[in-house]
Amino acid sequence: MATMTFREAISQALREEMYRDERVFIMGEEVGKWGGTYAVTRGFLDEFGEKRVRDTPIAESVIVGAAAGAAIVGLRPVAELMTINFAFLAMDQIVNHVAKLHYMFNGQITVPIVIRVVGGGGRQLGATHSQSPEVVFAHFPGLKVVAPGTPADAKGLLKAAIRDDDPVFFVEHATLYSVRGEVPEDDDYLVPIGVSDVKRQGKDVTIVSYSKMLQVALEAANRLAEEGIEAEVIDLRTLRPLDTRAIVESVQKTNRLVVVEEGWRAYGVGAEVASRVTELAFDHLDAPVRRVAQAEVPLPYNRRLEQMALPQVADVIRAVKDVMYIK
Amino acid sequence: MAETMTLVKEAEKTALLSSETKVEMLRKMWLIRAFEEKAEQLYALGKVHGTMHLSIGQEASAVGAVAALRPDDYMLSTHRGHGHCLAKGADPRRTMAEFLGKVTGYCRGRGGSMHIADVGSGNLGANGVVAGGVPIAVGVGLSIQMQRMERIVLCFFGDGAAHEGAFHESLNLASLWRLPVIFLCENNQYAMSLATERGLAVSAIAQHAASYAMPGTQVDGNDVIAVFTATSAAAERARAGGGPSLIEALTYRWRGHSKSDKQLYRSREELEAWKAKDPIPRFAQSLEREDLLDTEKAGHVEAEARAAIEEAVRFAEESEEPPLAEILQGVYA
Repeated sequence: MATMTFREAISQALREEMYRDERVFIMGEEVGKWGGTYAVTRGFLDEFGEKRVRDTPIAESVIVGAAAGAAIVGLRPVAELMTINFAFLAMDQIVNHVAKLHYMFNGQITVPIVIRVVGGGGRQLGATHSQSPEVVFAHFPGLKVVAPGTPADAKGLLKAAIRDDDPVFFVEHATLYSVRGEVPEDDDYLVPIGVSDVKRQGKDVTIVSYSKMLQVALEAANRLAEEGIEAEVIDLRTLRPLDTRAIVESVQKTNRLVVVEEGWRAYGVGAEVASRVTELAFDHLDAPVRRVAQAEVPLPYNRRLEQMALPQVADVIRAVKDVMYIK
Repeated sequence: MAETMTLVKEAEKTALLSSETKVEMLRKMWLIRAFEEKAEQLYALGKVHGTMHLSIGQEASAVGAVAALRPDDYMLSTHRGHGHCLAKGADPRRTMAEFLGKVTGYCRGRGGSMHIADVGSGNLGANGVVAGGVPIAVGVGLSIQMQRMERIVLCFFGDGAAHEGAFHESLNLASLWRLPVIFLCENNQYAMSLATERGLAVSAIAQHAASYAMPGTQVDGNDVIAVFTATSAAAERARAGGGPSLIEALTYRWRGHSKSDKQLYRSREELEAWKAKDPIPRFAQSLEREDLLDTEKAGHVEAEARAAIEEAVRFAEESEEPPLAEILQGVYA
């Protein structure tokens, strides 16, 4: 184990996989000379050369499309889009092609790419640069959508994503990059895609979350513990495929569920999780499922407005108390 | 500067091809024509649903371009892709079976008319979205270059694709990285109803090549040898590490865009004028002039192609529907 930041964990995963498999290469916006917009690939250009660390024009459609094309005939590209907001410029490639080719062509083609994107709000970048729309991508069968919340998971999931034969949409929350944590240094340390993780044990209420909101949920759980409420915090880690069983098992124990996501409430992760729990464990619920999510507005720039719109620790505590019928 | 309207002498063009190859090219053109006429019949009979996009009248661009490839070169196709698929070497029986949605089809009935891939023949897939395959072709070229494969990739698309941003992004990146890609635009004059000059400020699509520092060549797309010659030159350049090329093959689709097209945007006179330039008899007659065929043998070539399509229909109709129990299988690798 070593202590490192989320950024260093991502960087280490990329470096290890590039040394392990010469088919792995990086292409995208600012990955080379700039060293990554969030400094994840700093030094990579010198270390691996411009053949494997490829700066591209600001052309998201061909970044993703070319990564897919390279993948279907033998390589394993990691395509980086500067932020998740710009993934919408590559939407045709991501959802109409990358997600569908394997099934539609009956397995003649596989698309082993990783699309790395930076998501999330809270940095006063305004409405077009602050979104958390990973559920949009999780809607499509054929894609896998991963969003780690700790440095260790970031490393293990990214390595697993690169080794995966399916396309993986990999979301890194911008405000997590400086979060520190213990990270295994094993070259073959992998975290399986599609498996959630109980980050905190508890008996009174289940809080389901992922990515940056995992940190918010954990902080809320710590404060609730001071009041004698023991929350179980489940980190989804992967949005598609969703690890439903772990959530259901937890709810069967706690009988209460709060889902915390940074994206909008409408049609969100909370809606999906609540629906599945209702279908599979309705009789175990002692209260309606509560969703904590972003206010239904394009995220405003002003600091106070922005913080008001984004889910906060206090919002999670309030939701937990609601499902426990505590005033 | 784009090299428009490359003119090559007849003798130079034909010297590149053996007589057997030329007759085979004629057979492929008839095979495509027969396939599509049969497809249209099957649709009229209610044996096929959904939609289809016929390339009747455009057979020369499919066959001429693919003839310039080696068997293991890659190809990407479009929603109007039956011809490309057959030209690249697909079995008409499995192609027809896919068209009918049968389990023996190339994609086990999951793809259908617009989404046929036959990776075994280098066909990496038709693509149902206009310009959707163009960025992917750039990546195939990248993979070829990075792995130092002795291959190139041919990317078909229509004039409508030149409206799309993805087309421009793709030509730019392919040129920056000198990738072995041939961008082959089949300009059939209309993007659905929109005439080329109503959709593109620079309607000579080959001229767009100049913006991306690659050769752009406009050819008579109803002349199979002209298409072959231009594609051969582009292939030679790509294999030598010279990078991509853009070829615009001027042609015409005889049928509507798809089955719902009332064709309000063009005149019967225009259609008849293009039908008079039918690429198939035109090529057959040139082979007769070269004494490679007589009229009787030319008739045999057509009859053989039509018989192969009848057999394909029989095979497809006798094939099973895909088992319903398989529906959820194979979403992930």
